[in-house]
Amino acid sequence: MKDPAWLRWSLIGLAVAFLGLFVAMPVISVFVEAFRNGAGAYFDAIKEPDTIAAIKLTLLTAGISVPLNVVFGIAASWLIAKYRFPGKSMLLTLIDLPFSVSPVISGLIFVLLLGARGIFGPFLEAHDWHVIFAPAGIILATTFITFPFVAREVLPIMQELGSDEEEQALTLGARGWQILFRVTLPKVRWGILYGVILCNARAMGEFGAVSVVSGHIRGQTNTIPLQVEIMYNEYNFSGAFAVASILTILALVTLVARKIIELRIRTHKA
Amino acid sequence: MAEGRVTGVGRTDAEPPRTRWSSRRRGSLPGFGLSLGFTLLYLSLIVLIPLAGLVWKSASLSGAELVKAVLSPRALAAYRLSFGAAAIAAAVNVVFGLILAWVLTRYRFPGRQILDALVDLPFALPTAVAGIALTTIYSENGWLGRFLEPHGIKVAFAPPGVVVAMIFVGLPFVVRTVQPVLLDLDAHMEEAAATMGASRLYTLRTVILPAVMPAASTGFALAYARAVGEYGSVVFISGNMPMKTEIVPLLIITKLEQFDYAGATAIALVMLLASFALLFVINVLQTRIKR
Amino acid sequence: MRLGKLTSIVFGALFGVASLAGAAHAQVKLLNVSYDPTRELYTDVNKAFAQQWQQKTGQTVTINQSHGGSGKQARSVIDGLEADVVTLGLAYDIDAIAEKSGRLPKDWQKRLPDNSTPYTSTIVFVVRKGNPKGIKDWDDLVKPGVGVILPNPKTSGGARWAYLAAWGYALQKNGGDQAKAKDYVTRLYKNVPVLDSGARGSTTTFAQRGVGQVLVSWENEAYLLVNELGKDKFEIVNPSVSILAEPPVAVVDHNVDKHGTRAAAEAYLKFLYSSEGQTIAAKNHYRPRDTSVAGGLAFPKIKLFTIDQVFGGWQKAQATHFADGGVFDQIYQPGS
Repeated sequence: MKDPAWLRWSLIGLAVAFLGLFVAMPVISVFVEAFRNGAGAYFDAIKEPDTIAAIKLTLLTAGISVPLNVVFGIAASWLIAKYRFPGKSMLLTLIDLPFSVSPVISGLIFVLLLGARGIFGPFLEAHDWHVIFAPAGIILATTFITFPFVAREVLPIMQELGSDEEEQALTLGARGWQILFRVTLPKVRWGILYGVILCNARAMGEFGAVSVVSGHIRGQTNTIPLQVEIMYNEYNFSGAFAVASILTILALVTLVARKIIELRIRTHKA
Repeated sequence: MAEGRVTGVGRTDAEPPRTRWSSRRRGSLPGFGLSLGFTLLYLSLIVLIPLAGLVWKSASLSGAELVKAVLSPRALAAYRLSFGAAAIAAAVNVVFGLILAWVLTRYRFPGRQILDALVDLPFALPTAVAGIALTTIYSENGWLGRFLEPHGIKVAFAPPGVVVAMIFVGLPFVVRTVQPVLLDLDAHMEEAAATMGASRLYTLRTVILPAVMPAASTGFALAYARAVGEYGSVVFISGNMPMKTEIVPLLIITKLEQFDYAGATAIALVMLLASFALLFVINVLQTRIKR
Repeated sequence: MRLGKLTSIVFGALFGVASLAGAAHAQVKLLNVSYDPTRELYTDVNKAFAQQWQQKTGQTVTINQSHGGSGKQARSVIDGLEADVVTLGLAYDIDAIAEKSGRLPKDWQKRLPDNSTPYTSTIVFVVRKGNPKGIKDWDDLVKPGVGVILPNPKTSGGARWAYLAAWGYALQKNGGDQAKAKDYVTRLYKNVPVLDSGARGSTTTFAQRGVGQVLVSWENEAYLLVNELGKDKFEIVNPSVSILAEPPVAVVDHNVDKHGTRAAAEAYLKFLYSSEGQTIAAKNHYRPRDTSVAGGLAFPKIKLFTIDQVFGGWQKAQATHFADGGVFDQIYQPGS
């Protein structure tokens, strides 16, 4: 039984209009503004030393936070999916916590903890470990923000697929690590991949938390989003949008990758 | 894996299936100690200890000071804006999220996959980029702003701008929680209702909406939680006038920059507690869905 | 216990890797934590100083810059941002660093000439070309329908100077009546639609976003704006009276001693007073102390009062107006 054509098309129209207004238009505006002064200016903005430094720092940050969170995500999913123990839902709530904490607060708590006047400040200073206002602080804050992403993607899959194969492997004499790497991880690989993609996109694009812990030292502690803000504040608007377009392209690639994964899964299932 | 869903909190009632291999205790698979130890350690280092620092710092305030910081007129105005605008934005996202989810699961049309992929964009796009893009569009000389301002509709630097930015960040949540439910919904039930003479509207009311409501509520709560704490996309478009267009995260930062650490942490604590409460509600709703 | 050791090794390694990311190859590195509008100024200064230092000592010096609202930058330094020198928008912010972190002595301002302020500025107005609203002086800012763009005094140094300039004007006009001055400033802020956190944000809002009819800003920002974004789009209006804004500079003793950069840092600040430094300042539209340099006199004559004359200094002004519950907060009470 199908809905009448007029209803179908008006609903589709509404949906398209909504997405067009709130999603497509901002994305398009980024590229239009980026190229407002021509392609030459676009590439100049990207080749600027401060921008290159920002790209490097962003890659370093994601390169550390994402793998850390993958390891954690797998460990936590394994723990929650394969065992019975009290306090599971408390654990789940705690894991989800960074997801609902405001990014500004996320940055603030690290300053409170590790800044010069913070709880561990004197200790860090004594050892001359630079965390806050240095790349390490940015990495920490980013790891906090993207903490739940992989776990949230992998856990439901692990739960849904159950432990039959793992237990069979156990009876065949396989040890823990073998079960993990040969049986479980292949089963959940799409979940891991999707989690990595999401985690990476968020890690590279985080603004609020990083802004609080960064120190804004040009060429040193600015990530791509912070660099966008700096260029914006120097009247280099098309430059700011040019740098922003890097992350926008990354976002679009993320969406395409996700779609491909999704369609792959469906053909696998079919 | 359900098509295109944003994952919610994992099910708490799913247990490993009992086979004749499972032991009486926690489960037969090795690695419990290691995975528990590592999980708790990582969780503590990255999440718990930093958050405890927040509580500790706020504790340095006396009760009266705490109340004064948390309930000052400026803070109250900021709560009204952040929580109020987030509610409106989340409500808009429920309405259009339902429409989007319906359209994406029930209809076939060219460009459907593109539309579906676009829904996730707010998830993937950096908040600062969204912020300056939205400001560009809605300010006085912007793409849309230039048509709206002459009619007295001020979006940028006014509360409506905050709502617009919040709609953007919360957009995927309702769609992605409702989609799997709609997919799972047994088409037979609807057909049965139709053959018994029920009108489409009636079917909508009695079959579809009740099935979808829990998921939509979860989506609302998720979108709401995200919007309340959002900084990057909102702060460019909001105007930042105390008492009028100042969102709570900005108030926290402003207090920080005035060296009022205690006040900043007190307000941050309020937001944290609100997040906790929201998370709890989300958890409860999701357990309800699984039943 | 072994897990604990493993953890510290891992973290140590991570920090090591991360700090390598920030390591440069130059021999001397200075970090200049500055306020918002000085970006262009220090780009020029740093290039010239590096050249001079190279010639004098053979050492390569790299100067890293950080910019933001003056109060915000001070907060960062207090929290551990290891600035070798601070070049902020007002003395109060450096006082705060001294008081709250002890990283420089409380009498820092006496160590360099002219209250440690090598260049000064003031507060002027920028309007759209043709001055459609006919803005001539402070009184015109409180007329209905005039959108005034100012940053947030709680976070921006320029905003505090602007606030005090407005207050000082109203005091003068009303024969020293504080209540009337408060009334004027209240009406002024009623005309402000957006409060950015720094001077640069306000300029962007006015110039790029097209909000408001008049921008109240640092004089150097005003000139920069007009030159960068179009003499055909904006013009500067000088008020009848304004405040002498003194953005000071200081070496952060604790940090330079820790880094071993004291010599370079002190030379860097002295450079700002040299004729080359003063010329660069004038070129960037800051009023040099040494008016004999090129462009030193190319500034409009505005009647300027100082913060000491009218307000009794920064400590008093901050406590009265900008502290929690001060006059600025009172202006924003509901119902006002």
